Order: sequence, then structure tokens, then C-alpha cells
Amino acid sequence: MSIDKVVGSAAEAVSGIAKGSSIAVGGFGLCGVPMVLIEALRQAGVGGLGIVSNNCGVDDWGLGVLLADGLIAKMTSSYVGENKEFARQYLSGELEVELTPQGTLAEKLRAGGSGIAAFYTQTGVGTQVAEGGLPRRYNTDGSIAIASEPKPIQVFDVDGEPREFVLEEAISTDFSLVHARLADRHGNLVFDKAARNFSPVAAMAGRVCIAQVEQLVEPGDIDPDQVHLPGVFVDRVLVVGIDVEKRIERRTITEGA
Amino acid sequence: MALTRNEMAARAARELADGSYVNLGIGLPTLVPNYVPAGVTLVLQSENGILGVGPYPTEDQVDPDLINAGKETVTVLPGAAYFDSATSFGMIRGGKIDAAILGAMQVSAGGDLANWMIPGKMVKGPGGAMDLVHGARRVIVLMEHVARDGSPKIVDECTLPLTGRGVVHRIITDLAVIDVTAGGLVLKELAHGVSLDDVRSATAAPLSLDPALELT
Repeated sequence: MSIDKVVGSAAEAVSGIAKGSSIAVGGFGLCGVPMVLIEALRQAGVGGLGIVSNNCGVDDWGLGVLLADGLIAKMTSSYVGENKEFARQYLSGELEVELTPQGTLAEKLRAGGSGIAAFYTQTGVGTQVAEGGLPRRYNTDGSIAIASEPKPIQVFDVDGEPREFVLEEAISTDFSLVHARLADRHGNLVFDKAARNFSPVAAMAGRVCIAQVEQLVEPGDIDPDQVHLPGVFVDRVLVVGIDVEKRIERRTITEGA
Repeated sequence: MALTRNEMAARAARELADGSYVNLGIGLPTLVPNYVPAGVTLVLQSENGILGVGPYPTEDQVDPDLINAGKETVTVLPGAAYFDSATSFGMIRGGKIDAAILGAMQVSAGGDLANWMIPGKMVKGPGGAMDLVHGARRVIVLMEHVARDGSPKIVDECTLPLTGRGVVHRIITDLAVIDVTAGGLVLKELAHGVSLDDVRSATAAPLSLDPALELT
């Protein structure tokens, strides 16, 4: 028996994702988002999804397309609102949002994929992230329907000084979706430049990890020293080709060069 | 005369020692690299996973897989490294980043920072700011001294929800340079042509004067 995680179609890749599933999704802004898998999920039309991802795309790209079809029930993100529909759903009480500092979000996913239940961090101490009161869901009149709860605080000595830390719980999800530059049939992944971002930790946090990859090679073709995410974390590989569409949120150019 | 935005960026650039690892927030701080003196090499960190961020690309260098934390297309310089988000915030929280320069809506006399939400407006999230203010060895706020409506942004206690408590080391504005110390705010510099009274009237917190301060 040889190991081969490659699946034949995008529909097959996202099979099993059901109403109410939780999904960690890689990418930062529109960079490194697994758009083919997201589009397959949109076509499958499964709703009530709990998505964990740094951002929620824009109106017509990234996770924004799931939002547009009303398929997302809850977002856990560090920064949202680059799309009008997000603001509309959030402020009208249709969408629950858990705002999490970016580094805490990355560590929650890393921990969730690493058998760590929770961790202490200084990030958010003295703010509503630790003390509670962040809006998670609004009422239709714009008042806060559900606010975040306070989190446990503990003092630890750091460099001989007592400092407050807040307890943050790990995140693990039913599925994870990521985009990678290169994979082999074992699911070993190599990412491209800044498209790596949240993808490795999102991948680790999913009980079933689905990777869309630009290029597939045979086991042994990737130097083991060059693997960014070992295949043990990856369950399904979908080849999308090197011409897969990638969009840019803010095209900034050096003038006069 | 209050400093222009470019002059403010130039003043902030003087904070950064040769060889520093620096994270720059969006907006005004992104102008700082334009004013780093010759002979000073900085390594710019972008929290989405880059050390060694370079200038914006030319048209033919544009790469959708290479953006900064402001979602702008960038390039990298020799010696650059890419890494995942957990590693990125590991180096931030782990105290490996020498300085963070970021904007603010309010800074308090105790160094509390508010720069991420206004109650009643939609909350977009803290991004990486809450992690950076606790992790970076030196946190420098670069902002206009007063808000657009003229109200002071340097206050006794922040009225806006905090990004971090007791985290700011230095405030650089269009009027002055102010340090946050255990004894409160200390005025270190006045912009050329700006008087002590100008700064005091634009600041809603007690200011003591650095003994070395030259009053014009």
C-alpha cells in the first residue's frame, strides 16, 4: 500500500463538511487563501459554519463569498470588516464574531493542533480581550446582545518581575483548508513567501486538513529539509495548478522605478 | 510650526539604532524607512511572516504571495526570512523585536494605549497591535498631537477601550516628543517654533520638563 492523499475534484476534497462544521482557514487578507476549496464549499451550500481565520476576505473573494451566501454563522478573526456584507451581518445580529488578537489566534491554532488545551499570554491583559465585554453578537437595534466573558488572570514572574497573564484556550476544528505552493502525495507541504502566514497552524488545528496545492510531485521529490508542514497534518490534497487565480488587496508600486 | 507628516516620520526614524529589528504599523509609520540615515541598517518585520521587508515592487515584481501586514505588495531585501504566523508572534512576544512604531487614538499619562476601537462604531478587531505592544522592547507612538476635532489625544486616563495598559515608552507628535516614565509624562523636545504653552494646551495630562529641554 502506498500513501496517496490526492483527491480528484474540489467537491470530493470538501466532502464531509456539514451544516455547522467548524473550519480553520489559512491565509492573511487575500494572500494564501484556499479559494478553490472555498468556492467548492460555496457550491455545496452547507451553512451554519464556524470559521476560524485571520480575516474574512472581501465582498467577492476569499471567505467573503461564503458570507455573501449566508453560510457563516460565526467568525473567529483578528481583523474583519474589509467587506460591506460582513458589517451588515455583524451589526444586524446575523453573524457572531469572536475578535482575537492576531498572535493569540495563531497560538490558539498551533496549540489546538499540538495537544495543548490552553496557554497564558500577556497579550490582551488590561483590555476587553481579558476583562470581557467585547461585542460577540449585536441586536438589530445595534446594542450588544452577547458580550465576551472575562478570562482567568494569573501572575507569573518574568525576568524577576511579577506580570499578569491571561489564560487563552486552544482552538481545534472539524476541518481545515489551506493553500500551498507544492505538495507530494504524502501531503508534505511547501508554502510560497508570505502566503505561508496562518496556513501551517490552521492546517494543524483541523481534525481533517484539506490542502489545495499549485503543484504535485512524487514522494522524495521534496527535500525533507525543505518541508514546511509535514504530511502527517494533511489528509487530502487537491491540485489546482500554478495558474490558479490570486488576487491582490492593495497593489502598491514603487513609482519611477 | 507643527511638523509635517514627513517631518514626523523623519523624527521617528532617529529613534532606530543601526541593526534594529523593527515593526511598523499602518499609515504614518510606513513613511519612517524613507528617512533612515545612510549607514543605518534596519530589518523590518511584518507580522504576517516576513523579516527583511523591502520597498514596494516595480510592476513586474508584483507578487500576490508577497504582501505586508497592511495587505500591500512589497519586496524583500537580502537576508530576508519567511515564517508562519505563530513563529512571527513568537518573536514579537518573545522580546526579539527592538521597536514597534504605531499610531494611536489616545495615550494616557501611564502609557496606556487605545488604538483599536471606538464604542458605537463597528469593531474591526485588534489585528496584531495587542501582541506588539506587549512584545516589542520599545513601543513608540507616532501620531498627531490632537484629534481632527482638536481634542487632546494625550490624556490622564484613556476613555476609549485599551489596546494595552502601561505599554507606551515614547510619544512623537507634530508638536513634541514626550516620554512615559514612572513619574508621569516628561516633555523631551519641542518641534521648532512650537512653544511650551502650545504643547500644554494641546495635552490633557500633566507634563514635567526634561532638564535638558531647550525652551524657545
